[in-house]
Amino acid sequence: MYKILKKQELAANIYLMDVEAKRVAKSCQPGQFVIVRMDADGERIPLTICDYNRETGAVTIVFQTVGAATKMMADLKEGDYFHDFVGPLGCASEFVKEDLESLKQKKMLFVAGGVGAAPVYPQVKWLHEHGIQADVIVGSKTKDLLILEKEMEAVAGNLYVTTDDGSYGRSGMVTQVIKDLIAEGKKYDVCVAIGPMIMMKFVCLLTKEYELPTIVSLNPIMVDGTGMCGACRVTVGGKVKFACVDGPEFDGHAVNFDEAMRRQSLYKTQEGKAILALEEGDTHHGGCGNC
Amino acid sequence: MDVLKKVPVREQDAKERATNFAEVCLGYNKEEAMEEATRCINCKNAQCIKGCPVAINIPGFIEQVKNGDIEKAYQVISESSALPAVCGRVCPQESQCEGKCIRGIKGEPISIGKLERFVADWARENGIKPEGAKEKKGKKVAVIGSGPAGLTCAGDLAKMGYDVTIFEALHEAGGVLVYGIPEFRLPKEEVVAKEIENVKALGVKIETNVVIGKSTTIDELMDEEGFDAVFIGSGAGLPKFMGIPGENANGVFSANEYLTRSNLMKAFDEKSNTPIMRGKKVAVVGGGNVAMDAARTALRLGAEVHIVYRRSEEELPARVEEVHHAKEEGIIFDLLTNPTEILSDEKGWVTGMTCIRMELGEPDDSGRRRPVEIPDSAFTMDVDTVIMALGTSPNPLISSTTDGLETNKWKCIVADEANGKTTKEGVYAGGDAVTGAATVILAMGAGKAAAKGIDEYLSGR
Repeated sequence: MYKILKKQELAANIYLMDVEAKRVAKSCQPGQFVIVRMDADGERIPLTICDYNRETGAVTIVFQTVGAATKMMADLKEGDYFHDFVGPLGCASEFVKEDLESLKQKKMLFVAGGVGAAPVYPQVKWLHEHGIQADVIVGSKTKDLLILEKEMEAVAGNLYVTTDDGSYGRSGMVTQVIKDLIAEGKKYDVCVAIGPMIMMKFVCLLTKEYELPTIVSLNPIMVDGTGMCGACRVTVGGKVKFACVDGPEFDGHAVNFDEAMRRQSLYKTQEGKAILALEEGDTHHGGCGNC
Repeated sequence: MDVLKKVPVREQDAKERATNFAEVCLGYNKEEAMEEATRCINCKNAQCIKGCPVAINIPGFIEQVKNGDIEKAYQVISESSALPAVCGRVCPQESQCEGKCIRGIKGEPISIGKLERFVADWARENGIKPEGAKEKKGKKVAVIGSGPAGLTCAGDLAKMGYDVTIFEALHEAGGVLVYGIPEFRLPKEEVVAKEIENVKALGVKIETNVVIGKSTTIDELMDEEGFDAVFIGSGAGLPKFMGIPGENANGVFSANEYLTRSNLMKAFDEKSNTPIMRGKKVAVVGGGNVAMDAARTALRLGAEVHIVYRRSEEELPARVEEVHHAKEEGIIFDLLTNPTEILSDEKGWVTGMTCIRMELGEPDDSGRRRPVEIPDSAFTMDVDTVIMALGTSPNPLISSTTDGLETNKWKCIVADEANGKTTKEGVYAGGDAVTGAATVILAMGAGKAAAKGIDEYLSGR
């Protein structure tokens, strides 16, 4: 059992939790993820790691309530327990293994969309702790949904915040900010984009034009997260990869996003039924002809 | 009774069981078991023992069943096997113990598997447990993986007095026994969980949610956590795909995924939080036990199911009993058929599978006749779900994070068959991680050999 040490609502329906998981906290690196289960009958839910503390053994996760399972997870309180918390899974971001001196020569741009700010944060923080200042674009739909702004400010070189509706910071999509920065004369060697699949797709289409190498982090459907089920297979450069063990980070210009998005919709009907069952009790289990 | 024939075993009716997940085979009762036991002629030079990978004293335990002393029979089996209730259900007896039985020359062999199962079930129902070690050795052994190899190795080492901890990557112990083999063939709560309880009762600790190679490494276990030796029984978990066009369409699954959802995550139960695709017409590609398990699971979830296999019935690698049960339940066998492409609609959902007919040519390296394509025989099967059951290979997570641990070209860990010794000092391995995908009992045999090897290593120090 894994104790919830801290819980915080970062924005509407977006939660942060510190969970005591000593083995994960000891060995995790930026770019990796965990899988959690709430109770003995729970689904296995993959979540990105937002932060970790090797001394206290705490791992920080951030999630948005999207389905029945995450809605139930949001009801957990400080002092409650996760039944299971396994990780770290997947590979660490490539730069973690890179030679520090050559890394320092590179100018990096991070692009975070929505809750994508959570997995971007430990990467920018790691670089900051190793004396590298990376530029960060954080985009959200509205001001209310913006998360981790202060935390990001403390570790980023330049931080550019944008909202789709212009309610805060710059106005427009993250792709517009990339265009603006490059038009202003900024030069980057690598871009790391993490957020909704559709955002990553459009960032990649744009950075391809600039010939700016771009890494994305994929979050496909998965069960075990150790390479066993193959549910998370994605096509990268024409080859089939398992996101859980070969990724989750890949060369964004080589990812087949259309296929990846199609595969994400696999259980949408069943997920929808589960939400209805949760919200309306026994009245809806599908098959009634009206839902 | 006809001494040439086995006492028949009671089974759930084929039509009825095709719609439920309860166990197919109901097993012997005491009377039936005792009657079957009288057929054993107690050979002096018992061939059946030679056919058993863990060398159970088979005539010895059957003798006790004959006498009606089932507790004693259980103790005889327990000397050699930690998982008799499992083995009695899933071992390929026809090619092992029963395949060597002298009775089998003229008539049917003794029903050794069903007798073993009866004894193990009786012991469980009557609260009989195996005996633990009397003296502790004061040495720690880490076992990686809680499948058949790991459980056997851990159980044997604990009986010798070692302090054993099993590390399991998933949230539940049992490995392939819980994620792979379905409920209707191997009940999880009543059988698997209880066998694991027995291993724990010997003093074995099990830590779940630890992925060796990620959460920690073998070197860390030995250098920082004080383990004197390590056994790797991490299995062969990586699924294979065919590499044909359309394989990433929505509705194509590895048998591993499909079975894990249904078995480990209980997705067959509508109340489960984990979804599973309930196809109308399902093709399962492959002919092994896993293919039969996936097919029979899909059938129980309401589908019309086809087994698509490129060779003929004779070459089917599955246990005879599984093929027999699958046919009884209404699985359709499309033999000498090989898929070439999976078709999908504009939204990416499977709509069909193009196949080609095959015929058998000359024998290949495996001794089986090689299937050859028949020209111009392509046709399309109308299916909405395809399950690939083409075998699995070992997961490189451990070998790639352990210096000095040699693997072969199939990514299998190189280990001595006699004692499980790997190329790294103090590290032993066995089961599918070494051999590639095989059977539960062979993995148990390897776990047993490695326990002996580890004991020799640690007592020689």
